[in-house]
Amino acid sequence: MNALSSEVAETPLPEDAAAPALAVQGLSHSFGTRRALEKVSFVIAQGQFTVLLGQNGAGKTTLFSLVTRLYNNRSGSIKVYGYEVRRRPSQALARIGAVFQQRTLDLDLSVGQNLYYHAALHGIARSVAKKRIRAELKRIGMLERIDDKVRRLSGGQLRRVEIARALIHEPRLLLLDEPTVGLDIGSRQGILDHTRSLVLEEGLGVLWATHLIDEVGPGDHVIVLHEGRVLADGEVAKVVRQAGAADIREAFQKLTEAGNE
Amino acid sequence: MSPVQYVRCLGGIVWREALRFLHQRERFIAALVRPLVWLFIFAAGFRSVLGVSIIPPYDTYVLYEVYITPGLIGMIQLFNGMQSSLSMVYDREMGNMRTLLVSPMPRWYLLSCKLLAGVSVSILQVYVFVAIAWFWDVQPPLIGYLTMLPALILSGLMLGALGMLLSSFIKQLENFAGVMNFVIFPMFFASSALYPLWRVQESSLLLYQICAANPFTHAVELIRFALHGQLNLTALAVVAGCTVLFMGLAIYGYDPARGLITRRGAPAAG
Repeated sequence: MNALSSEVAETPLPEDAAAPALAVQGLSHSFGTRRALEKVSFVIAQGQFTVLLGQNGAGKTTLFSLVTRLYNNRSGSIKVYGYEVRRRPSQALARIGAVFQQRTLDLDLSVGQNLYYHAALHGIARSVAKKRIRAELKRIGMLERIDDKVRRLSGGQLRRVEIARALIHEPRLLLLDEPTVGLDIGSRQGILDHTRSLVLEEGLGVLWATHLIDEVGPGDHVIVLHEGRVLADGEVAKVVRQAGAADIREAFQKLTEAGNE
Repeated sequence: MSPVQYVRCLGGIVWREALRFLHQRERFIAALVRPLVWLFIFAAGFRSVLGVSIIPPYDTYVLYEVYITPGLIGMIQLFNGMQSSLSMVYDREMGNMRTLLVSPMPRWYLLSCKLLAGVSVSILQVYVFVAIAWFWDVQPPLIGYLTMLPALILSGLMLGALGMLLSSFIKQLENFAGVMNFVIFPMFFASSALYPLWRVQESSLLLYQICAANPFTHAVELIRFALHGQLNLTALAVVAGCTVLFMGLAIYGYDPARGLITRRGAPAAG
């Protein structure tokens, strides 16, 4: 029913407020004969930090591409706050902030110019954009770098700016695809802490894709993705218990080895 | 999304293209030097070899320089269209394309904005070129500079749409060399840019038919007539038709449901 009624109205419905941040149901996808995702289903609640754990090639990036509608899903459904991505892409995309695995800032432009460009793509007026850009840059402690060329930033700073950019249109769901790849330990921890604080302060739903097990925190919601299939889904403690393991590292190992057989 | 938001989106895309353009002065100079070399050297050399008889829209014998100027304007736009296609492939590889495509605006609209931004840059290049050509005795009627504008917009859109269409097929950056060989050169040489088609017909009927079917020929003729304050209806129809066709295919190519990204867009990493 939720899907039906949310398709009728332009403005967010009461259901919108109650709907999960992201609900994926029976999602499959293949490239030619290669099956990238196989009947993937999971739900991310509002204000929940979810780690999507999977090795390289597990299907994480494919999942992100489908959720952000780089291409459409052919089977299953993806709903962002109740809005089906394939049918209501505009409503769904307006609620998503995305940080992709590849760097997506324009190196020749300044930090501010990159952020204004993003704001314009979301139809945000310049005066509103200015306030939000300053607020987001301040939050990551980079307000004084607003006029610097992106080329002059370090890897960790680039990532912070990308996260700031993803928040300018005030999304309710933040997607991050391997955001700490190629960063040193200090920057990695900084970005992880920053993202966790967004969940606490803003109540965002976050999907954090990684292959680095030490990025999983004690109270996190974990989804283990392996060769396109969801092997485990739940709170860390539950996943560890179900796998009959001592910690999440061992659980992940057991699950993926069993998945290979 | 309200109309105001659509306008802001277009403004943002054009603004970014303008910023990039300012940062790539080498690209601008290269785009200007290319047709100037043709005008100053090639045209001077061929002036005596190639006699151009009186053909519409000219009402008198014209210098060869005057004849090839519309062709060189077309060349600027052809290169620009292909270069923006290159920039889209580059954007896609660098991930900037993803920034564009996660916008909540409809995808056809985003691609059209991108196209318009590229066309504005090409038109700027054209006007600088014709201003320099003025001092080289290429002096069309003054009104021609104004009547040329709509023709430039349309031909720019057609060539830009063609580039965008190609960019949805090209996966690798280095394939631009292939675009040069298989698109730019054949389109440019098999057209009325450098020689009137009746001359081509004298030497080869087949080649003449190829040239006459080449959309670039019609873009050049549209510009040539417009530069002399006239309208070539055939050229207009062909260029407008091709613009719609190429743009439709390009939108298809970037369509999330069917397009090439779906089939070829397998991510490099999981």
